[in-house]
Amino acid sequence: MIVATQTQDQFKSMLKKVYTWYTGGFVVFIIVLAILEQFGLTRQWIGYIFLLATVGLYAGIGIMSRTADIAEYYVAGRRVPALFNGMATGADWMSAASFIGMAGTLYLTGYNGLAFVMGWTGGYCLVAFLLAPYLRKFGQFTIPDFLGARYGGNIARFVGICCAILCSFTYVVAQIYGVGLVTTRLTGVAFELGIFLGLGGILVCSFLGGMRAVTWTQVAQYIVLIVAYMIPVIWLSVKHTGFPIPQLAYGKVLEKVTEREAQLIKDPKELEVRKIFADRAAAATANLKGLPGSFDAEKGKVAKALEDLKANNAPAEQIASAQTALDKFPKSADEAKAAWTREAGLAARAAPPLRHAEAFPGPTEKARDISRKNFLALIFCLMVGTAALPHILMRYYTTPSVKEARESVTWSLFFIFLLYFTAPALGVLAKFDVYTLLVGSEFAKLPGWAASWSKVDPGLLSIVDVNRDGIVQLAEIALGGDIIVLATPEIAGLPYVISGLVAAGGLAAALSTADGLLLTIANALSHDLYYKMIDPHASTQRRVTLSKILLLVVALCAAYVASQKPADILFLVSAAFSFAAAAFFPALVLGIFWKRASKWGAILGMIAGIGVTVYYMATTQPWLRGMFGVTTPIADAIWWDILPISAATFGVPLGFIVIIVVSLLTPAPEKEIQELVDHVRYPHLRGDIDTTGT
Amino acid sequence: MELSAKHREYWRKNLTVTLILLVIWFVVTFVVGYIARDLQFNFFGWTFAFWMGAQGSLAIYVIIIWFYARYMNQLDQQYDVAEGEE
Repeated sequence: MIVATQTQDQFKSMLKKVYTWYTGGFVVFIIVLAILEQFGLTRQWIGYIFLLATVGLYAGIGIMSRTADIAEYYVAGRRVPALFNGMATGADWMSAASFIGMAGTLYLTGYNGLAFVMGWTGGYCLVAFLLAPYLRKFGQFTIPDFLGARYGGNIARFVGICCAILCSFTYVVAQIYGVGLVTTRLTGVAFELGIFLGLGGILVCSFLGGMRAVTWTQVAQYIVLIVAYMIPVIWLSVKHTGFPIPQLAYGKVLEKVTEREAQLIKDPKELEVRKIFADRAAAATANLKGLPGSFDAEKGKVAKALEDLKANNAPAEQIASAQTALDKFPKSADEAKAAWTREAGLAARAAPPLRHAEAFPGPTEKARDISRKNFLALIFCLMVGTAALPHILMRYYTTPSVKEARESVTWSLFFIFLLYFTAPALGVLAKFDVYTLLVGSEFAKLPGWAASWSKVDPGLLSIVDVNRDGIVQLAEIALGGDIIVLATPEIAGLPYVISGLVAAGGLAAALSTADGLLLTIANALSHDLYYKMIDPHASTQRRVTLSKILLLVVALCAAYVASQKPADILFLVSAAFSFAAAAFFPALVLGIFWKRASKWGAILGMIAGIGVTVYYMATTQPWLRGMFGVTTPIADAIWWDILPISAATFGVPLGFIVIIVVSLLTPAPEKEIQELVDHVRYPHLRGDIDTTGT
Repeated sequence: MELSAKHREYWRKNLTVTLILLVIWFVVTFVVGYIARDLQFNFFGWTFAFWMGAQGSLAIYVIIIWFYARYMNQLDQQYDVAEGEE
């Protein structure tokens, strides 16, 4: 695919030609499938064709880009033009959570969900101003490389390796889980099989060609995912506003949604349903308090109701339903506890609908303040985490120059921006559809998409006629965030091909991120741990081979963990950001901007930062508390009302403080280190040292 | 190797522009976020706070990063620290 004798300009124009043809081909492919669908191609087959065609394509690029050359394997030969590195970073960056989850989060949380939109884009400012150009000038292979060189030796490098693996592994497990979900949805195979099918797609790229294959695949994946995201939203926008640019048009729709919210908040039928939920939750809470005595009492009541009906010769259907109630009654006090805990959770559905555009809603001034504090803290963690995730920073090693590294960050953010400023539009458009078309329709005549999705997956959409009036009330709809993106093509009335396309886009997003992450982990182990610390005389051949084997092992481990369906996937993703932020950001930034930052300052700062972050999560996040056996009440462990998702709010400042204090207490770094800092600060100095890795 | 006065000036200019852009970034993100409840006036259908969070701030991020790249690439030329064609 790439001929070594080309100049950079020829290379660039060849890439443009290849990817233009590729995009055209992809569009033709969709059109052909759409035509075939009209001639009766079944949904099952459309799913298979999309899966095979896209994964086959990625595999093809992987095979064409196979390499055993060390610079090609680790940093794609450092000749990826800014524009293409921007696209690759975009795909690397946007995970299944961005593609499938984000619009749904915005739908469910309104303004507060914008923390993700701002956090996951604004972080690139920090990448651009504080890190990317300097890391490019340093020019080795990994982030621990920089820590090792700047902070004199293997201790800093080793801490870096551990942190890189911790945050990348938590992140990759979530991606592989996403791959399994999408594959299952696309083809109907079992979840575990889906995971391993997807894994094949990931491995065939990164295994054969390392960074080089991953880069060119990610560019292809970016094109798939952005096309897949845009088409249904544009269609939906035309449907509701008559205007094909949703980002400009949805302001007016938001206005209508806001009016509708005000109606729904006061609507008597809505109030009725919410009251039913509140009563059920209150009854369950009372029963929970009365355990174990309440178990027998409640069971007695249900049994007595049945007896009474029978004694009074009540109509058969009443008796039958009382019988079902008795049959369904929990068999033991433990089961009853679980069932009542679920019922008590219905209290959440008794709340009035949230006002989408209102910032930090809350019943009291204090609640609004807490909401604002957590909003800002989450933005902070996501931004700093963005600027510290090794698989993203690594991408800026692959550009040909410092100049292109800077431009490449602009392109990266531009390509990410395209999706991220569309997601809020999709959230609002989908909400308009639900609030005006679904709410108020009759149960017998639900819109097609709602009827089919509530059958396919009640976890994503369940509509139950709680007050038995035959009409859908908003409070009767329970909706999982992921449905917003997955069902948009059907909501917009598009053919099934587009649904397949959206699933393929989700798959591209998850696969591309998983590729980048696996490579980061395998490189940290093979390059940093093995080559730099254990056997510095290893041949390049051996290093590349080892890296490939490790990639396989890590991928299998991650797939195994993902197939166990760990409790809280979304939490894992955000935890990865907090880990990365607390571990790397202070040490990297001070390493470049403060010559005085010393070896022990950095080592202790990194350990303190990640330590306090892990500690805070372990004591405040329910799932982790269970894992670590923490029993102190959450209320005692919470600091300043900050949620565990934003744990790096404490880790990052502590990291900075520890590095600064310890550095001032220890001797300044030697002259060579100070020269290294000058070296990374200037794109070119005459008579300078060379740190480029070979 | 020794840095000349010109080199130091280049680094000072870099620090200045970085600082200014970071202040813009901070204001757009955290100051606007902090006072969001007071920015609920209608802005082409959006409330202003929502529009800033969903579009305005993102566009500003792209613009300041683009500006930084352009400014620094010119500064490299001016101070003779740009990389040659490799």
